[in-house]
Amino acid sequence: MEFFSAEILARIQFAFTVSFHIIFPAFSIGLASYLFVLEGLWLKTGDDVYLRLYKYWLKIFAIAFGMGVVSGLVMSYQFGTNWSVFSDKAGPVIGPLLAYEVLSAFFLEAGFLGIMLFGLSRVGKGLHFFATAMVAFGTLMSATWILSVNSWMQTPAGFGINEVGQYIPEDWMAIIFNPSFPYRLVHMTLASYLTVSFVVGGVGAWHLLRDRTNREARRMFSMAMWMATLVAPLQVVAGDLHGLNTLEHQPMKVAAMEGHWHRQTGAPFIVAAWPDAEAEENHFEITIPYASSLILTHSLDGETPGLTDVPPEDRPPVGLVFWAFRVMIAMGSAMVLLGLYSAWLRVRGRFYDTPLLYRGALWMAPSGFIAVLAGWIVTEVGRQPFTIYGVMRTSASLGPVEAPAIGASLLAFIVVYFALFGAGTYYIIRLMAKAPDGSGVDEGVPLRAAGTTQAASLKPDLMRGAPAHG
Amino acid sequence: MVDLDLALDLPNIWAGLLALGIFIYVALDGFDLGIGLLFPWLDQTADRDTAMNTIAPVWDGNETWLILGGGGLFAAFPLAYAVVMPALYAPFIAMILALVFRGVAFEYRWRDPAHRTIWTSSFVFGSLVATFMQGIVLGAFVQGIEVADRAYAGGWWDWLSPFTLMCGVALCCGYAFLGAGWLILKTTGTLRAQAYRFARIAGLATLFFIGVVSIWTPLLSPEIAERWFSVPNFYYLAPIPTLTLIIGGLIAFGLRRQIDGIIYPCAIALMGLCFVGLGVGFLPYIVPRAITIREAAAPDVSLEFMLIGAVVLLPLILAYTAYSYWIFRGKLKTGEGYH
Repeated sequence: MEFFSAEILARIQFAFTVSFHIIFPAFSIGLASYLFVLEGLWLKTGDDVYLRLYKYWLKIFAIAFGMGVVSGLVMSYQFGTNWSVFSDKAGPVIGPLLAYEVLSAFFLEAGFLGIMLFGLSRVGKGLHFFATAMVAFGTLMSATWILSVNSWMQTPAGFGINEVGQYIPEDWMAIIFNPSFPYRLVHMTLASYLTVSFVVGGVGAWHLLRDRTNREARRMFSMAMWMATLVAPLQVVAGDLHGLNTLEHQPMKVAAMEGHWHRQTGAPFIVAAWPDAEAEENHFEITIPYASSLILTHSLDGETPGLTDVPPEDRPPVGLVFWAFRVMIAMGSAMVLLGLYSAWLRVRGRFYDTPLLYRGALWMAPSGFIAVLAGWIVTEVGRQPFTIYGVMRTSASLGPVEAPAIGASLLAFIVVYFALFGAGTYYIIRLMAKAPDGSGVDEGVPLRAAGTTQAASLKPDLMRGAPAHG
Repeated sequence: MVDLDLALDLPNIWAGLLALGIFIYVALDGFDLGIGLLFPWLDQTADRDTAMNTIAPVWDGNETWLILGGGGLFAAFPLAYAVVMPALYAPFIAMILALVFRGVAFEYRWRDPAHRTIWTSSFVFGSLVATFMQGIVLGAFVQGIEVADRAYAGGWWDWLSPFTLMCGVALCCGYAFLGAGWLILKTTGTLRAQAYRFARIAGLATLFFIGVVSIWTPLLSPEIAERWFSVPNFYYLAPIPTLTLIIGGLIAFGLRRQIDGIIYPCAIALMGLCFVGLGVGFLPYIVPRAITIREAAAPDVSLEFMLIGAVVLLPLILAYTAYSYWIFRGKLKTGEGYH
């Protein structure tokens, strides 16, 4: 067991549980907003295609949201079980923010989720739409508070230290709106919207590859590609601004992202390399001259920081940050390209007649999840060796729990998460494999709108979308 | 005698709010965990589906009170949170994992009829382990936690004792009773008749364990014994056992006459009295006999900032939670589902 100290095991456990967790909120934040838009459009236009899409994605939302709730419950206790010294010291600052998250977001989501899932026949359309809106608003509130907490750990502000070593709030506005928070909030919200757009686009493409006339599939595919065209470039801008903010407040994270060992002017962008922390240099570098300075300082001969600016014990692990950053960039670029390609086909009037676009969108379906995970690895691993950047070291945050206990619970989390969330993902994919054609009577008890569904299903033109594969 | 320190200041207000939150959790999630405990004895699939449908729209909101409990303890009393979590490491991890098992079962049971047995047992065992561990946590609190230098100082297995195991069983009975009371309220026909049988057994067991805890706890700690049995405390505290007996009588009456609306509220009242009874022994500590409420409290700036939010948001939360319960009010017939 000596290779695995309590600290390493606790870090692996947190990384594992939080990585699993982020997948579900990233999906449900975007999906809740999408459901809000779908129901809003249905109420506004009376077009039943929107209602069927709403019900189609609602079932998927229910599973994803459930997994998000239970994996989030784990997180709310994880602070204390393994990181109790951190909890004791940082509690006065971040505890209230988490309490606000529970009070203003979790209850709102949970309180209205029941009505959203089961209440359409009980409360009427207007109130049901209100419930959907509250759930969507709740997911955004939740993101706001938790990102404020995370940002404070990245760029701490507005606090002092008391006689027992606790961090004490001095200025709540400075704490909540700490320097990196606005950037992180925008970047993550857009990421969540893009994640869902590409999932919706991928599912739409899958069904269009089988039946190009499926109206629901066409509608969702078109909506998703509009998001790719408009939001993906916006995300590039947001990401760039976030990066500049990181350069200002966490230069070592940026140095690791760039793979720069030495402070320099006119720095090249390293496309690929094998960073070597021992030798403090990169092997097998492929570079674009001046590009890094241009991106980071917006001038060709701007000065960029290097990892050797600080002693080795203050540097983050370079290889992981470096490569995760490149994975995120690759995903983002592919998203932008697909968005532009779809826009070009739209202009040319061939949007629904190009199987290549469908295939591209299908392959890109998981791209958002990959980008979100890679991005969080960049920001969290890049914060090391600190839990609170520059203030509290990770090694000083650990509680008095010994390695075997953490190892055993880690093993339990791994087994349980893969089994249960694996099953959930399988159910979601199975639901996605069913065509959204409106004939869908659920295998359980169907979710029925008051009257509207039955009337609509009698209209012959709506039956056209029956899946070709039978 | 220990200074009870009942001044109405921020730490005490937050201790009160937290206690209220935990009590609401017990009253609400107690019944849906209890239905998980009763599940194996509901023989027909239709009955099981109906029972699950009575809680499907509300369980998620109920469980949020537990997140408030964990998050609230972290926020208002970070020191207590930092001591309690490592001290009760294994029970908390087991409870959380059990809640994961049971939480996913709600959707998965519907989505995968071919493997319904698996998800039914996931729901049952998840409910059982979660409840049992909550009982152990409660018992470990009463029993006391060793603290030195702002950190837990005991061993891994300190929480395991005959007393805590008994508390685990006791809480299972209590939640099963809440679950039976809820089923009586929400169902008709054979399921309701069966729920009455459950309520008789679980109610009797609950009262029995209340008696056991009442005798065992003072034996465990001389401080608690002194708090209860010294004069004049004994007279001030006399309403608690008296009311417990009255509620017990009401439950017996309700069960005999089959008055559906009386069982569940009485079960909650019974839980509330237990809660107050245990709380009396706690004060002024948040980690019994080691850390006081005041010592563990976050600085006033933190508590004040949160209190603003709580004052505005808690009434709102209670209002829309009540509204959601109101929408799904009334009895659910076999086969009728919201799903």
